[in-house]
Amino acid sequence: MAGHSGPASAADAALPLVEMTDIDKSFPGVRALSKARFELRPGEVHALMGENGAGKSTLMKILSGVYTRDAGTVLLDGQPVDITSPRQAQALGVGIIHQELALMRDLTAAQNIFIGREPRRFGILDEGQLNRDAAAIFASMNLKLEPTVKVETLTIAKQQMVEIAKALSYRSRVLIMDEPTAALNDAEIAELFTIINRLKAEGVGVVYISHKMDEIKRISDRVTIMRDGEYVGTVPGADTPIETIISMMVGRTLSNEALVIPNTTDAPVALEVKGLNRGREIRDVSFAVKKGEILGFAGLMGAGRTEVARAIFGADRRESGEIWVHGKRVGISSPKDAVEAGIGYLSEDRKHFGLATGLDVRNNIALASLDRFTGLGGVLDEASMQKEAVGYIGQLSIKTPSDTQEARLLSGGNQQKVVIAKWLLRDCDILIFDEPTRGIDVGAKSEIYKLLNALAAEGKAIIVISSELPEVLRLSHRIAVMCEGRLTGMLPGGASQEEIMRLATQRQSSVAESATQRRTA
Amino acid sequence: MTDTAAPAAKSGPRISGAFHRLLAFSGLIALVVAFSLASPNFMQTQNILAILQATSVNGVLAIAATLVIITGGIDLSVGTLMTFCAVIAGVILTYLGLPLPLGVIGAILAGAVCGLISGTIIAKLKVPPFIATLGMMLILKGLSLVISGTRPIYFNDTPGFNQIALGSVVGQIIPAVPVPNGVMILFTVALIASFILGKTALGRYTFALGSNEEAVRLSGVNVDRWKIGVYALAGGIVGVAGVLIASRLNSAQPALGQGYELDAIAAVVIGGTSLSGGRGTVLGTLIGALIISVLANGLRILSVAQEWQTVVTGCIIILAVYADILRRRTL
Repeated sequence: MAGHSGPASAADAALPLVEMTDIDKSFPGVRALSKARFELRPGEVHALMGENGAGKSTLMKILSGVYTRDAGTVLLDGQPVDITSPRQAQALGVGIIHQELALMRDLTAAQNIFIGREPRRFGILDEGQLNRDAAAIFASMNLKLEPTVKVETLTIAKQQMVEIAKALSYRSRVLIMDEPTAALNDAEIAELFTIINRLKAEGVGVVYISHKMDEIKRISDRVTIMRDGEYVGTVPGADTPIETIISMMVGRTLSNEALVIPNTTDAPVALEVKGLNRGREIRDVSFAVKKGEILGFAGLMGAGRTEVARAIFGADRRESGEIWVHGKRVGISSPKDAVEAGIGYLSEDRKHFGLATGLDVRNNIALASLDRFTGLGGVLDEASMQKEAVGYIGQLSIKTPSDTQEARLLSGGNQQKVVIAKWLLRDCDILIFDEPTRGIDVGAKSEIYKLLNALAAEGKAIIVISSELPEVLRLSHRIAVMCEGRLTGMLPGGASQEEIMRLATQRQSSVAESATQRRTA
Repeated sequence: MTDTAAPAAKSGPRISGAFHRLLAFSGLIALVVAFSLASPNFMQTQNILAILQATSVNGVLAIAATLVIITGGIDLSVGTLMTFCAVIAGVILTYLGLPLPLGVIGAILAGAVCGLISGTIIAKLKVPPFIATLGMMLILKGLSLVISGTRPIYFNDTPGFNQIALGSVVGQIIPAVPVPNGVMILFTVALIASFILGKTALGRYTFALGSNEEAVRLSGVNVDRWKIGVYALAGGIVGVAGVLIASRLNSAQPALGQGYELDAIAAVVIGGTSLSGGRGTVLGTLIGALIISVLANGLRILSVAQEWQTVVTGCIIILAVYADILRRRTL
């Protein structure tokens, strides 16, 4: 399957599958890689870690032919190679699964896998052969999937599997996965890991890029850490303490400080939601957030947490339900109404929904408050905008060369801060954070956490939606758990992960079951 | 990483950003130099003024198209809207015999109202701009013919009307350079549009909408209102073009108009404005419009058949966009 002639025990062999040494790469104005190194043996899962901008993705894009290196050598099976295009990389057996899936949504799974290499008979596409070939690959992955199913109807996890199948169809011996679990739930992650382990046994070398420590510990044989485009070190995956890896990544030791939770029980309610409904996505959700409180929202993918946030914010229509802000009922039918009521929403997908990436930092910060800077004849007061923007850049320590830097050039964490600044400037005192640290590196994460704490201490009411349980537990004063559109429980901040998971998987059928059990007991 | 993951380090020709910014301008200069060398008649003051005059209508239309294109939209109705506005001026001045300023204001208002309608259809009914303005294009073409009874409306009863474009206030002050009013109007419209784009909230939202409309909406901005505003402003500018062309022809020609939108869009594209929105300048569009006129004029002076001028313009459009792609490759 893997096309590698050697047996699986080749993992111990001296000859590495991939050896990259002294790789340099510069982009205009940025030195992305400097003497970077990486080695991959057959049959190993090798995690590549580092903060955003450390150069992981750039290094792997060089290996997969997306970028060409400025200097250094790349050996494949001990032979020097010059990979100049993704097509050539595929031919050499190097496959990459990008963070953003690159599938054609309107085509079937099989059509996606064999795009550009469709089997033909007398010049006519042979759909039957196509589907049989795809089915064979799925079978080898032990994956239950119809080759003729349209990709757009699949879950993200299944789409990921189609990507993997596509990479395998090229007989890839090297498989690069960039943040493969970012959109997966626990069950789906387990499914993915089963497949990775099977590939490993067949001698495929897997490069695994991720920010999630627990996954790295679970799946990787070795971990290579990068910082600022340079190689820091390689350590065994299972035996190295997380703290060691993190300190190698950030170049310093991060204190795992416990959250100081001020008492908010007496604080007035800032936001109250009563009987929120929207089709099957949101079913009769009611809750309240107090001033100075961080309310965490936990649940699996598709539990309806983002839908609740978007409905409160007026981004999606709600079927019924009341929204009360500071004791007054407000009619919210658009984001404009929500913002006027003092509610700010930070979307999980910054690039698509949060930032106007083509605009500079200053204009992104001012975007929700432009009317405040508009003087006679609609002329903008750039001086005041600059003053405010520079103020927030300092206050939130946004790392940017200036307030006129294009927002898309900032790192994820700093983009997130720009969006926070936008809402602070707009005087929003109810802030909804949807996956605030997705795709953000460890150092920036702890900064965002501190910022959220500080905002709460100032009296802002904060809702944090997160799929990472440790994050919810670390941040929240109280935790709302959702499952299938319903609010299945409200837990205190110190709740256990098990308790949250139990509520997060409390499906309607199991509720009925436990009710009958209780009755019979 | 998607947007930075473009084939950045691919082999192939590249040009720098600064060079591209000057590209349209250098192209214009190169054309002027080439035609001057080829024919002594090209650099005559009269000819230069004729080129500018020929640019005025398309230039104003292209500025209107620029605004819409920066929002990520497109306006196919600018040509027939221009004619519609000219016909409205004809109705007010010739049919109703009202004073000249009312005719001008009426034409501009008609343009703004039509832009408002297009904008509303696009923003509120969510009809894609291409379709909405294609529909508008046909509607206005038909209405112009209906209102005028398919006959040209002449402005012979309104003395001074043809002076709007053809007279020269500048020439009265400095007789040596009788720059026609039409050209001055083009420059004035360009200055105003530049100011709005660069300095006002409407301009900022124009770029923001083209950059990421959903982000603007989720910032609590009334996206629909601003979008309609941009289309209405563009419509008003088209109204100015309507007055200009009516004044130049001293008549409203109801059958004219279709095809002008493509020249306008060509000028916008040559000027470096991105059809995907979020990026563009009025100055670039002005240069783009001048390139088209200089080409037409120069080739005519060299006695090249008009059919070939069209072929050359087509090539220039493709080259201009290819230059833009080369520039992006370096980012």
